[in-house]
Amino acid sequence: MRKNGVKMIKIKAKDVDVFYGKKQALFNISLDIEENQVTALIGPSGCGKSTFLRCLNRMNDVIDICSVKGEILINDFNINDKSCDVVRLREKIGMVFQKPNPFPKTLYENVSYGPTIHGMAQSKQEMDEIVETSLKKAALWEEVKDRLHEPGTGLSGGQQQRLCIARAISVRPEVILMDEPCSALDPIATAQIEELIDELKKEHTIIIVTHSMAQAARVSQNTGFFHLGQLIEHGSTDKIFKNPDNKKTQDYITGRFG
Amino acid sequence: MNLILFTFIVLLGFTSYYFGRKKAYTIQSTKKRLTALPQFYGYYLAIWCAIPAFIIFSLWAIFEPTIVKLLILSDYSNQGYLDDELNLLYEKSKALSRGQFTGEITPFIEASAEKYLSLRSIAQSSKVVIVLSAIIASVAYAYKRISSNSRTREPVEKFLNAVLFTASLAAILTTVGIVFSLIFQTIDFFKVIPLFDFVFGTHWYPAKAFVRDSSEALDPTMYSDTFGAVPIFAGTFFIAFIAMCVAIPIGLMSGIYLAEYASTKVRQYAKPLIEILAGIPTVVYGFFAALTVGPFLKELGTSMGLEVSAESALAAGGVMGIMIIPFISSLSDDVITSVPQSLRDGSYAMGATKSETIKRVIFPAALPGIVGSILLGVSRAIGETMIVVMASGLAANLTLNPLESTSTITAQIVVILIGDQAFGDPKTQAAFALGMSLFLVTLCLNIVALRVVKKYREKYE
Repeated sequence: MRKNGVKMIKIKAKDVDVFYGKKQALFNISLDIEENQVTALIGPSGCGKSTFLRCLNRMNDVIDICSVKGEILINDFNINDKSCDVVRLREKIGMVFQKPNPFPKTLYENVSYGPTIHGMAQSKQEMDEIVETSLKKAALWEEVKDRLHEPGTGLSGGQQQRLCIARAISVRPEVILMDEPCSALDPIATAQIEELIDELKKEHTIIIVTHSMAQAARVSQNTGFFHLGQLIEHGSTDKIFKNPDNKKTQDYITGRFG
Repeated sequence: MNLILFTFIVLLGFTSYYFGRKKAYTIQSTKKRLTALPQFYGYYLAIWCAIPAFIIFSLWAIFEPTIVKLLILSDYSNQGYLDDELNLLYEKSKALSRGQFTGEITPFIEASAEKYLSLRSIAQSSKVVIVLSAIIASVAYAYKRISSNSRTREPVEKFLNAVLFTASLAAILTTVGIVFSLIFQTIDFFKVIPLFDFVFGTHWYPAKAFVRDSSEALDPTMYSDTFGAVPIFAGTFFIAFIAMCVAIPIGLMSGIYLAEYASTKVRQYAKPLIEILAGIPTVVYGFFAALTVGPFLKELGTSMGLEVSAESALAAGGVMGIMIIPFISSLSDDVITSVPQSLRDGSYAMGATKSETIKRVIFPAALPGIVGSILLGVSRAIGETMIVVMASGLAANLTLNPLESTSTITAQIVVILIGDQAFGDPKTQAAFALGMSLFLVTLCLNIVALRVVKKYREKYE
């Protein structure tokens, strides 16, 4: 979103290095992410784009041997600072994974999970509302409204992924991280999710990691190209796809490697 | 003799394998394509060696004794002996031929013994001749049949199939046999003791049944109030309950710790250490309970002004619980670890803490598996014998005071079957009835456990 023609920066990464044990996975990544836009991270497998994504909600903390250096400012607050409360951070930054991972609970419990642990609903009625709005925003409500109390694992792959999106937006996060959200889905489900992403960017800042350059071109406004742990180039999707500055980007976009 | 013959047949088997393979190689060297790898030709020949040997050996084992007996007893026919006496004569001559006979040696028996020996040696040598010639004939036949286009892979695979089938059949038949022997003895028992008295009787005192002289006729009324199984069933479940009170919390919590909290390094050492607990023989737990825990509890109780028996249900149950910890800990650790990482990630990404994730996502997902592990633990507790025999005494008190001694089904079976046993006696049969009820209880638990585990497996399909 541009206010008076000025880009609003939501996330500012400065010199981020990531290590798995002694092996360095990311080198000096500096990247600005615009508010209420979709930013796509592309690059060949193992280039570090998912690792970078996981830095933004500190999911790398879960991995014992992983360490992150550098600054990541979200709303001008460094989330790698000791004073950062990971629980609050993840409430603000939702995440959707590659493989749909609904909890083995009912649809309702899946969506109400986040609001429950963050104490967002004072009454059953409020919770019902949150669940309904989230499912509606995830374009799943019409399909599941009659079976909210059936297990979430019984849905189709595409529905499961939309359920996971509903779960992620139930706590009204400012940012949604999507780690190849469509790679396990068929083209129709993929199209639905892409449409949904477009809708969601009105209220959320979205960062999506994808293997499909066509998808990046379709859904994103900005694109970053990663290669071997380095951010080679980033800028508006139009520019990256039509007129990249870097030869590597050019080669990757045109399918000459990767 | 048999051992030498057997070794020889095994050697023959290896030789036929070698020759079969060699012939296959020879065929191959003439540029003909074989229908199977050369080894299959070897196996094929070895099977042709093994099958006739096996058939003749088993026929011999079945028929030799009968035929020898018939031949010996034919000398005594038409002399007016009764069947029983003939059997006795036969046994006597057999014993004499082995030099184990101590009674009076009559010329008749001596002659029979000599005849027995000579028959046995004829039988032995004819067995050797027949087995060897049969093997050689069949191997030679099969060897001639091997050619470039003969089928060897299919018969070898079929043979393997048959061998594996026989092995599983043996396991199943043994189980069936044991269950049936239990059933028949149990039925006999309930012919003397009414089922009602067994199931609802509150007085278990099998020592009373020792008094009977085996020559007297059975008088069911003297067994009234002897075989009432309520106290020992109560004792069994009571001790198992105490054991699970110890095992479930400790086992479960250590399982959760190992699976979720422990670092790779801690887990690497802690898990095998806990599993060592499972490898300690129960008899060691038994004297640990009887000699250390029991007296300790007694002293502790006395210092608090409580009356504690040196052999108490608490000591036995507590130590049994310690014994079961590794089962629950290790199994639930496995179950929790097998919950997909993606569920953990999903929960953490929502901002849940570790304990919230465990409580709300992992534990419910792993619950069926955990219940399964607990039920298996209960099965072990109910079937455990040694600890109870050593630490909780043998008197079947009907009590719910953990500080008193009580007894269990397994311990009572030990009591009943120690020393001399008479078959067909209600006292011995009582053991079968107890065994049967124990079997039914653990069977039900295992079925439930398997069901639950199966349900769990379907969860992530």
